[in-house]
Amino acid sequence: MHAVLPFVPFFPMVAFAVLALAGGRMAPRIIAITGVAPTALSALLTLITTGAFLGAPPDGRVLSVSFWTWVHIGGFAPKIAFYLDPLSLVMMLVVTFVGSLILLYSVEFMKGQEGYRRFFAYMNLFIGSMLILVLSSDLLFLLVGWEGVGLSSYLLIGFWYGDPANGAAARKAFIVTRVGDTALLVGLLLIFTQLGSLDIQNTMGSAQAEWARGSGMATAAALLILSGAIGKSAQLPLQTWLPDAMAGPTPVSALIHAATMVTAGVYLVARTHVVFDLAPAAQMVTAIIGAATLLYAGLSALAQTDIKRVLAYSTISQIGYMFLALGVGAWSAAIFHLMAHAFFKALLFLAAGLVIKAMGEEHDIRRMGGLRKDLPIVFWTFLIGAASLAAFPLVTAGFFSKDLVVDLTLSSQRGNLFLWVVAVVGALVTSLYAFRVVFLVFFGDPQSTLPRSTSPQERRGRGFGKASVVPLLVLATLAVAGGWMQLPRQWGGPSAFTDFLQPVLPAPATRVGGFAESAAPQVIVAVISVAAIYLSYLLFARRPAVVAGVAEHPLFQRLSNLALSGWGFDRLYGAVFVTPFLWLTRGGRGDVIDAGVSTIAWLARLLQRLLRRSQSGRLRYYVAAASFGVIAFIAVGILR
Amino acid sequence: MSAIPMGYALGLAAILFALGLVGVLVRRNIIFVLASIEVMLNAAGLAFLAAGARWGRADGQVMFVFILAVAAAEVSVGLAIALKCRRHLGTLDIDAISKLKD
Amino acid sequence: MILVLLIAVPFAGGFVALFTARRSPQFCRWSALASSLAGLGLSLSLWVRHFTGAGGPSAGTAGSRSMVQQVDVGWIPQAGIHFHLGVDGLSLIMLMLTFALVALGVLASWRGIKDRIGLFHLLLLWTAASLAGVFTALDLFLFYFFFEMMLVPLYFLISVWGHEDRRRAAIKFFIYTQAGGLLMLVAILGLYFLHGSTTGIYTFDYLQLLGTALSSRAATWLMLGFFMAFAVKLPALPLHGWLPDAHSQAPTAGSVVLAGLLIKVGAYGMIRFLVPLFPGASFRITDVAMALGVAGIFYGAFMAFSQTDLKRLVAYTSVSHMGFVLLGIFAWNELALQGVVLQVVCHAFSTGGLFMLAGALEERLGTRDLEKMGGLWSHLPRFGGVGMFLAMAALGLPGLGNFVAEFLILLGTYRVNRPAAIVAAVGLVLATVYALWFVQRVFHGPSPAEGTTAGPGPTGAPATTAAPGSAAAPATATASGTAEKPRLTALRRRADLNRREVAMMFVVALVILWLGLYPQTLVRTAKETNDDLLRLAPPPTEEIAPNVSTDLMPLASPVLVPPAGKNRP
Repeated sequence: MHAVLPFVPFFPMVAFAVLALAGGRMAPRIIAITGVAPTALSALLTLITTGAFLGAPPDGRVLSVSFWTWVHIGGFAPKIAFYLDPLSLVMMLVVTFVGSLILLYSVEFMKGQEGYRRFFAYMNLFIGSMLILVLSSDLLFLLVGWEGVGLSSYLLIGFWYGDPANGAAARKAFIVTRVGDTALLVGLLLIFTQLGSLDIQNTMGSAQAEWARGSGMATAAALLILSGAIGKSAQLPLQTWLPDAMAGPTPVSALIHAATMVTAGVYLVARTHVVFDLAPAAQMVTAIIGAATLLYAGLSALAQTDIKRVLAYSTISQIGYMFLALGVGAWSAAIFHLMAHAFFKALLFLAAGLVIKAMGEEHDIRRMGGLRKDLPIVFWTFLIGAASLAAFPLVTAGFFSKDLVVDLTLSSQRGNLFLWVVAVVGALVTSLYAFRVVFLVFFGDPQSTLPRSTSPQERRGRGFGKASVVPLLVLATLAVAGGWMQLPRQWGGPSAFTDFLQPVLPAPATRVGGFAESAAPQVIVAVISVAAIYLSYLLFARRPAVVAGVAEHPLFQRLSNLALSGWGFDRLYGAVFVTPFLWLTRGGRGDVIDAGVSTIAWLARLLQRLLRRSQSGRLRYYVAAASFGVIAFIAVGILR
Repeated sequence: MSAIPMGYALGLAAILFALGLVGVLVRRNIIFVLASIEVMLNAAGLAFLAAGARWGRADGQVMFVFILAVAAAEVSVGLAIALKCRRHLGTLDIDAISKLKD
Repeated sequence: MILVLLIAVPFAGGFVALFTARRSPQFCRWSALASSLAGLGLSLSLWVRHFTGAGGPSAGTAGSRSMVQQVDVGWIPQAGIHFHLGVDGLSLIMLMLTFALVALGVLASWRGIKDRIGLFHLLLLWTAASLAGVFTALDLFLFYFFFEMMLVPLYFLISVWGHEDRRRAAIKFFIYTQAGGLLMLVAILGLYFLHGSTTGIYTFDYLQLLGTALSSRAATWLMLGFFMAFAVKLPALPLHGWLPDAHSQAPTAGSVVLAGLLIKVGAYGMIRFLVPLFPGASFRITDVAMALGVAGIFYGAFMAFSQTDLKRLVAYTSVSHMGFVLLGIFAWNELALQGVVLQVVCHAFSTGGLFMLAGALEERLGTRDLEKMGGLWSHLPRFGGVGMFLAMAALGLPGLGNFVAEFLILLGTYRVNRPAAIVAAVGLVLATVYALWFVQRVFHGPSPAEGTTAGPGPTGAPATTAAPGSAAAPATATASGTAEKPRLTALRRRADLNRREVAMMFVVALVILWLGLYPQTLVRTAKETNDDLLRLAPPPTEEIAPNVSTDLMPLASPVLVPPAGKNRP
């Protein structure tokens, strides 16, 4: 096993290097193989490792591979090393599997596009960085993957660099996440200075030994880590980059939202959960941020008209659930939801990509409709994805994972009724917006005012080869079956997932008895999610006139516009940060300080201009000046 | 020997010197400037002579001889410059030479 | 002997280049390259001999303990002036850096320099020679001699081969550095006489002057003299005015040498001379210096963002990065010093690379104006790749050398001055802003509209910018005028980085990547020197020791959750 592990991130990285450095003409076929095969191979290796892990006793489920000491200065000796435990393994599974499915999908989706090679190079860099992130055993080495993910998201969001808007979206993603990263960096400074190490396992151990629960240091460290996680995971208040990240090709969105990038923050918090455990205040902040974000993003999603933006806000909202889970100490529930979310969100994005393609690059869901007949496979898979997102009871993976999160929000000792209510309201909103998309896109009459260039038959055939469909089917299967390994605790069924993670992520202490213990909360959640789907059906499929009527109302219109723009965060940041920055830089373009120092030169020149008058070149004046000077000297000498 | 009082001699030297200086300052013709310088030199020489006579030392006369030599050298160089100036600039106006400064 | 050769080889190589240029410019270039590589080889041989084995520290007095080789010949013994050269890990790193960058500079001007080739290479090599002298001199008088000597060839490099505003830039550069240098001369003489009057030994020898007992008033004034000289070079904030002008007006090789080496003299001088000679006095200005460093980080980043001249942009990033160096030097502990050394090397390569890139772009486009660039990636993908890499190095992407350096500096600073470290870390966000802005302005975006640019700006091609979903992109592309076509095809066919440039950039990238993943190479080399210097000038402030919690009651409350991952293999 030790020999195998390094190859998992190594393969995509090599693929990146080969694709990036190859240059010249590479046949698309070769590019596709170089682009997909290594990650698929990594997935295979991951599977082998998983097999070995499951075969081993719970104590033996850990694997560490050390390569070399990065730097060694005094006591500072971060290592370049991998550490595999059940948590990293789950992440690794998600990244490699979902990643290779998305890559496979891209082979066909991106065919014939300029920059085919560049695309696969970046995608591999993305997956490779993410694998480094989840596998590294040292916080500093983790930062390599962390920033590598940021870089590749930047490259991919700005993939079509010809349009400045894409470049702006890409820069926004990188810069906003970098704000969080800087906080994380300061967190590392604090952790090393306090605990003398950056190795995750050592750090967690000594944090527990040295920091009292609720101590200032622990809280500061947890908050700084949290800031980093917020940036990467697009939580309030650093969420603004994710909706704009839609500028990239659709597979990129799938990768960012499902397998990599946004999950990194959740992983980081879970990884350092010991620190959060020591800092109840920081944990509370995490829960509140999660709760606020899930509501905020859900309401925004409800107003979006761009199909990808709906999905983007839904991601923010679902990550909010994960943060909520982390905030109440339900570490493994967060990871469970992360995994289920990866399946259904990748599915939704890939299906949405096909929809967009079939509609001739139309993103607006109001102009779609009736696609159920034209695109049956896409319809069914999208429906499964949406059902999973809406936590359709009993069948979908999303139900089991979200149920676990919502349940623990109430029953965990760190949870409370308020958070639970928010989570339930969020579930309602989720079902509403998820099925709003389904009904608007796939049901009803074709709404498109754009001339459809092709007949339905042709559309059905376009870009729908095996490589596109197979990932959809696999992901649809996972989006349903992925949850069956972990049934709600009240059912007494298997809890394989949390058991597997138990050695790393302990289950939260739960309250005993009362409302939380009964079946009531669960039933409420299930009923609400189904009811919301029906409501969505009523509003968007059965009686669109009602919605249209309400939408006429000016108050609702203002509200809707506000939600459409993500509640004005962009405008706020623009006014608070961007405008002053631009103003400052534009004002200071001439280098004020240099100008200040240059006044010396200016004074010298002024003096020179004055004094050169005296050098007229007329000898008589020189003589006169000289003689008067002599006379003056003599006079002074005599009279003194 | 009823000597002329030194004050007289020095006074004459001072007057001559002042006349020469004024000549240098106000005349624009190089020839006149040179002549004025000659006057100033001789004024200085007169002062030397008077002083030498007052203390009965030969130094004054020696210095006067020096001054004569210097004056001769000065006149020869000055006249040469004046000739060149006339030839190149077509004038003997001393202010015209001010273009040398650039 | 090898130390003298390090100075003599480039000096003589300059004459060879000068005299052969008339007959064969190509031979002149090769000979210049050969002399700089010879210097590199000499310093590498020293490094291999002394730093790759498992040699322990050699015996000697403090300050000389880490010296692996010394040469000491009387020069003007009556005045206590010696030709005293010595080399330790730090010097050796600087020497290798010098020759590597000068070799890159020669390569970078292979095609761009066409007139007075011999003189150009002579001046370049003489700069290398005097830099080699600066980095090895252990006699203050000798140091000053080399310190001033290196200005002369650089002045001519800028004023003869520079760009449109070269003379003003050259004069500004000269006056700034000369003014600083003269203050240092005064301080050197002051130290000389004070040392002489107290001990009776009048000497300029660095090792003997170490630990001179000075009144705190005198020490402060002398220290300020040195500080001014090095702060101008570095440059520290209010004294940075010469840098953008000089860097942007210099020819490519000149910019590389300026950014890669000249400003590093400031860092080297502070580490080698300023703090060890006047530990007490320099620690008194720690707060001011750190504030200047942080201000420099921000100011440089702000200014870089707002520039429209590519080379000026890069120049201001240097101001920003050197802020970190200043911060690290005054943090004065092992972590920070190692960070400074790494930063010096990595910044030299990354910024040198950026200047080479800017020079190569200017050769192609005839402009440095960012307004006239944009969308170059589709025409010049290799440029784009290299530019992206260097931008990432500049913004401190983990895995590249600059990140390790900046992290070490921040870590070292955090122990001494927490607010400074935290504020400086925020500077990294600004670094991201300007680095990405640079990439956007040059390589991304639509190609510039034709007709507005007089120069041979590349024109957009429909095939390259048309992207599904971005309807705006092809609009400008179709406007491609027929008049531009010939230039465009010429640009396409052989405009991208050629083999020589790819080789240069490969070296640069390799070094940055190597130092990002295994900086230990440098760390080990500089360790002895840093230990030695820290012994000479023990940091005054009480450091926050690791492993000591500031909490009063550790383990006061019961731990509910069992430690994860503990007691496992």
